[in-house]
This record gives sequence, C-alpha cells and structure tokens, in this order.
Amino acid sequence: MEGLEGIIKRHPFFAGLDEAFCALVAGCAKNVVFQAGEHLFHEGEPAEWFYLLRQGRVAMQVAAPGRGAVTFQTLSEGEIVGVSCLVAPYRWNDDARAVELTRAVAMSAQCLRQKCESDHDLGYEIMKRFTPILIQRLHAAQLQLLDVYGASA
Amino acid sequence: MTPRVARVLRRRAETPQVFTLELEPVGDGPFTPGQFNMLSAFGVGEAPISFSGDPAETERLVHTIRAVGPVSAALTGLGVGDCVGLRGPFGVGWPMAEAEGRDVIVVAGGLGLAPLRPALYRLLGERRRYGRIVLIYGARSPGDILFRRELEDWRRRLDIEIEVTVDHADSEWRGHVGVVMPFLARAVFDPAQAIALVCGPEIMMRFAAAALRDAGVAEESIYLSMERNMKCAIGQCGHCQFGPVFICRDGPVFSYDRLRRLLTVKEL
Repeated sequence: MEGLEGIIKRHPFFAGLDEAFCALVAGCAKNVVFQAGEHLFHEGEPAEWFYLLRQGRVAMQVAAPGRGAVTFQTLSEGEIVGVSCLVAPYRWNDDARAVELTRAVAMSAQCLRQKCESDHDLGYEIMKRFTPILIQRLHAAQLQLLDVYGASA
Repeated sequence: MTPRVARVLRRRAETPQVFTLELEPVGDGPFTPGQFNMLSAFGVGEAPISFSGDPAETERLVHTIRAVGPVSAALTGLGVGDCVGLRGPFGVGWPMAEAEGRDVIVVAGGLGLAPLRPALYRLLGERRRYGRIVLIYGARSPGDILFRRELEDWRRRLDIEIEVTVDHADSEWRGHVGVVMPFLARAVFDPAQAIALVCGPEIMMRFAAAALRDAGVAEESIYLSMERNMKCAIGQCGHCQFGPVFICRDGPVFSYDRLRRLLTVKEL
C-alpha cells in the first residue's frame, strides 16, 4: 500500500515539491474518508485541517435563509478543500459536505503553519501553491456573481 | 429578403423560459451547424435564431429560443399549426471540415448549447472522422440545463467526454458546481492539434478562449459564435457591425485570433 508521502507527492497540489519538503508535510497528514452526506467542516468552526482530495466530490455550501444549503462550488479529485486554514482567524466561512464517498489526505493546519513558520522556504512553496487557487476561486466567484447565464445577461 | 411562411410542427418546453420549435423545412436548403435563420412573429418583429437541430434531418427545422424580448416571447408562444416567417439560412457556421482528424473541444454556456447542438450531432454522427470529443457545458442552475435527456444519452456513450457544471445548486444536485474554465485545464485532449468550438455569453467565451489558449490551443483553432443586434442578416444594414466585420455576414462564427483584440474594446 502506498504511503502518505507518496500520495502527497503525486497529488497535483504538491506537484514538483522537493522530496524533503514532502517528507516534512507528510508529518502533518493522515488519510480520511467521508461518506456521502457527511460534512468535512461547518461554517464558524476552527479551520484545523485542509484536505487534498483523492477521490469523490465535495460541495462547498452556504446556508441561505429560505433556500437551505446553496452549493456555490464543488471540488473533486486532485483539488484541495479548506484554503481558509492558512489565513487568520483560521475559521471556516462555509460548509463542506461530501456529495459522494470521498477519500482525502487531511493535513493539520496548525502543524503545517508551524512548519511553514520555522522554514520559510517551505512556507514560500506552500504559498506559491495556495495563491493561484485563491485567485482562480476569486475569479470564478466574480463570474458567478455576474450571473452570465441569466436572462438579463 | 421576403420571409417564407412555415408552420410550427412541434413545440417543446426545455426550461420555463426556453422552448424548441420544430418548423416545416421551407428555408433555402440545408444548413451548416452554427448558421441561423431570421424568424418573424407576424405583427411583432424578426429575430436571428440559430439552428439547434440535426443538420442531417431534412423533415423539419429546429430552433431553440429563450423568451427575453417581444419577438422571442411571441415566437415561444406559438403553438402547433401556427405560422412563422422564415428567412435563411444565413452566416458562417462552425468549421466542421477543419475539425476532421482533430480533437474537438466544445464549450457551451447557457443557451449557447443550442447553436452547438448541430455540431455535436455532426461530430457524433460521423464519429470516426474526429479525434477525442470533449463537451464542457455550463448552465445557471440544474433546472436551466438544456437538452438534459440528450446529454444523459450522450454521456452513456464511451466516445465522448461530457462535463456539466452549474453556477449554483441546492443539495439535491450531485453534479459539478463552478465555472467552465477549470474543466478545460483538466480535460484530456491534444492541444497541439485540437480545435475548439465555443458559444455562450460573451464574458464566458472571452475567459474560456483565454483558458483554451493557456492550455495550448492555437488562437486560430479556437472558434467563437458571436451575438449582436442582427437585422438584415446579409451585411447591408450595419446593425451588427463589430469593428471591421458584420456578425451576420462574416460570422456569427469567428476564429479567436480575429476577435481577441476586439473583444476587449469596451465601446464595441
């Protein structure tokens, strides 16, 4: 069975990361499984983990009065869930719910933050990986806000 | 310029605002995927409407229309046996001949799936002529997905990759939520020899074309179907002028290398 370090190394988020750094971050990781309908986290809770998705699909949701849980994004194999965990105040801004059976590597956010703090080269590598994802998701949110498929668009 | 009269053979609701009309085939012969007809609702006005049916089908002309203005609302309100005015087909369609032997990436947004459906019929009907076929379709919500049953049927085929994503959904939806661009980065195709057909709201097409270019597809191999205020459909009235081109006569399908600079001109 493949070890965590190998799984991390092969995950697109860590593609090209130095072997030594992979070993370092693997020390913060564990395998997790979520059944369909199970939540990875809820809005308002401390952001203690972030997830490298290996299989399945996760819906990012916000509860809207009168509308229930509204899904604004889904994330699948090869993507990450939980970008809020690296940014103070380290609290989730939304809910994450497994749409189907989902396997992931969960990384302790506190552990990762500490390692990034004590090794800025690692911190820079991690930030280089987080930043494009943040920009892509911000851009996607802008387009969704424009409601381009709406009748008036 | 004089419309012929065609009767409505069938009317089908795709969504609460979008309807498909099947009309008697009274136009000027066969059409190329991506072309359009000018349809008129008598006493109301005329509008350009893309073909949305199978180009191999000769028994009827199929148009899918969203009720957004007086003309389209009147057209979608017609019933079986009612009459519609028809001129066409007009315009330059999708480059089906150029697509032969190549991977074909079809990117549709909202109602943009309708002008692409004839191309998809052609691609799937002559499947051996093409390489990989990828369809990435973005809609507003699960209830706004067009041609749902057909998409489900095509998805069961093993020779086309289909991804459908919506902008927002409730918890019942088990599919993707998000914009189409990330799917372009993940789709399996050979960008060096791929051709892309893109149709949807202009903002979405702009970013989809940029994402395709970033994925390695040449600008001259990315085709967009443009929409402007078309009136005469033969390049005479000037209503649909877009910089140096007339959308009705020179398009509506253009390669991205011809349009890229114009798409960023805010005054156009």
